[in-house]
Amino acid sequence: MKLIGADILVRSLQEEGVDIVFGHPGGAVLEVYDAIHRCGIRHVLVRHEQGGVHMADGYARATGRTGVAVVTSGPGVTNAITGLATAYMDSIPLVCFTGQVPTPMIGNDAFQEADNMGLTRPVTKHNYLVKDVRDLAATIKEAFHIASTGRPGPVVVDLPKDVSKAVADYHYPETVDLEHYQPRYDAHWGQVKRAMALILKAERPVVYFGGGVITSNASKELLAFCERLKVPVTYTLMGIGGIPGNHQYSLGMLGMHGTYRSNKAVDECDLLIAIGARFDDRVTGKVDDFSPRSKKIHVDIDPTSIRKSVYVDVPIVGDVKNCLEKFLELMQDEPKLKDYETRVAPWWEKINAWDREHSIGYAQKEDGPILPQYVIDKMYEMTAGRAVVSTDVGQHQMWAAQYYHAQRPNDWVTSGGLGTMGFGLPAAIGAQFGRPKDTVVLVTSEGSFSMCCQELAVAVEHDLPIKILMLRNNTLGMVRQWQQFFYDKRYSHVDMSSGPDWVKFADAFGAVGLRASHPDEVESVLEKGFATRKPVIMDFVCRTEENCFPMVPGGAASRDMLHGEPSRG
Amino acid sequence: MLSRVAGLFSARGYNIDSLCVAETLDPKVSQITMVTEGEDDTVEQIVKQLYKLIDVIRVTDHGPDNHVARELALFKVRTLPDSRAEVMRIVEIFRGKIVDVTPDSYAIEVTGGAEKIQGLIELLTPLGLEDVTRTGRIAVARGL
Repeated sequence: MKLIGADILVRSLQEEGVDIVFGHPGGAVLEVYDAIHRCGIRHVLVRHEQGGVHMADGYARATGRTGVAVVTSGPGVTNAITGLATAYMDSIPLVCFTGQVPTPMIGNDAFQEADNMGLTRPVTKHNYLVKDVRDLAATIKEAFHIASTGRPGPVVVDLPKDVSKAVADYHYPETVDLEHYQPRYDAHWGQVKRAMALILKAERPVVYFGGGVITSNASKELLAFCERLKVPVTYTLMGIGGIPGNHQYSLGMLGMHGTYRSNKAVDECDLLIAIGARFDDRVTGKVDDFSPRSKKIHVDIDPTSIRKSVYVDVPIVGDVKNCLEKFLELMQDEPKLKDYETRVAPWWEKINAWDREHSIGYAQKEDGPILPQYVIDKMYEMTAGRAVVSTDVGQHQMWAAQYYHAQRPNDWVTSGGLGTMGFGLPAAIGAQFGRPKDTVVLVTSEGSFSMCCQELAVAVEHDLPIKILMLRNNTLGMVRQWQQFFYDKRYSHVDMSSGPDWVKFADAFGAVGLRASHPDEVESVLEKGFATRKPVIMDFVCRTEENCFPMVPGGAASRDMLHGEPSRG
Repeated sequence: MLSRVAGLFSARGYNIDSLCVAETLDPKVSQITMVTEGEDDTVEQIVKQLYKLIDVIRVTDHGPDNHVARELALFKVRTLPDSRAEVMRIVEIFRGKIVDVTPDSYAIEVTGGAEKIQGLIELLTPLGLEDVTRTGRIAVARGL
């Protein structure tokens, strides 16, 4: 069957089972949009390409499927870069189609031309420039394969306008021919056994897991592993939801704003079992002082993650689920595990003592300003931790990580590696499209929200009942906190008190705006907001000086945490 | 492909001391020979990062030994009547070749290791060395 490039693109998407595309039209993709019009694939018109890529990203995080975005050439691509970089840092499967000027014009500084390959190369897992329409279908097949396998990531397919109009025989390949791209899923038995031997000898073991558990869909296996060993578990920001946050073996998050007991446990353990995590600097603090007394096991599908910043004794390259299944098999008839619980009991006592020493907390006063932690706590109670929660970046993100105990994988949507302010709203929109029946909550604050707030129009247009918790503190809170602690309270350009009025803002977009200025209004506003079948901004006027504790100062050892008094709001 | 490799090195802060790209026996495959430096764990990380590039077929770490390395250099020397013979003698000692002659210059071709080329640079500088173009090292492992 002979088709033009644009139709090949749309057919290929259908072939891949793509049920939604987030995009913005423009000159270089007119042909593609004409094909979208013809073929009736579901397309969401975004208001800015960054938002579009974040939507595809949020969709991917909440569903586990590959997100798809379409942008035009030039500014369309440069706008998409932040979205691609966000997905790349967090290993999220995306395919982004970028328009390009016609092939004879490439390199001529044509109107809306940019070096798409050069621009996107450092922020993608792979990218393609399709110069011949006959290669298009096979390229799309490869793009989806690469995006979703191994350590996932975004892939760009750059499509010049003349290629989108050129005709070729359409045939969608069933397999890919990528001889040299063969991610290793199968964990090496010998290494697993070596790791098991360390586990059996350990007296103070800790499991530290990350986003790899979510990607690999290994929550069930992880829980079985931890319950079998009765071992304390801590997780990264990306790992949230991998096990229920309030599980009896959960120590909470570790790292810069992690719990005291998590960081102490990692500091004093004799065996650290790292699963699908990458020893990020926000986790390790000062690398030389990170978990200095432990042997380390590291399971990761990406060999470059292993021994990148921290030396590990037993590296295991492979899929997390596959590896955990092997551990479980080994444990099945392991006689030495019988007294494991007794052996780790003193270790648990120590951990529980740390928790009594410093546990996270806040003290909401009846007549004081609203504390953001209180709002999140109430939202957690209302949802029982079973909503999809998207966040932006900053203090509110860390509070959400601390007080919202997600119960399921794929329910936690946050920009971890890149820390992209503005991610939350479009990601929540993408998540709601992917999970129409589930409650989607956005926890945000005015600094981040301002960066992609135009996408509220998309939520309104499609009647998405997203619950937006605006924890408004009239400041760029995390920067203000650092300026308070480390720059002698020289508050440089963090004041956000000039508005806008977010209730009116919601109203202008056709969403619903609600406000709580006093602690006793918090619950009623939440109840009203959650009962609304439209996008709703709940504007909580929060205490400006509230700080996020505990905290490991940048570059310090993770045992040296600042605690601060629980604030009296 | 070259931009992916070079981009990886610059993005991750690895040094490129030299870089040489050429076709292989298979015209669809090109070979990049790079010289870099770093501790063992850095080199291990570089190899793993290179393998992560989708188009990379094979990475060989030649290490400090166990390979034969050569570099080609082309020298241009301004010649004066009383130095021509001396330049020729030195080139001969270095087993180089004079590949172009004009009334007042020689172009000289020399292959060898970095020390040899450096040595020749030092000897020719006082005799009127004008320019050197070097390929950077290429290497092949010893044995099969």
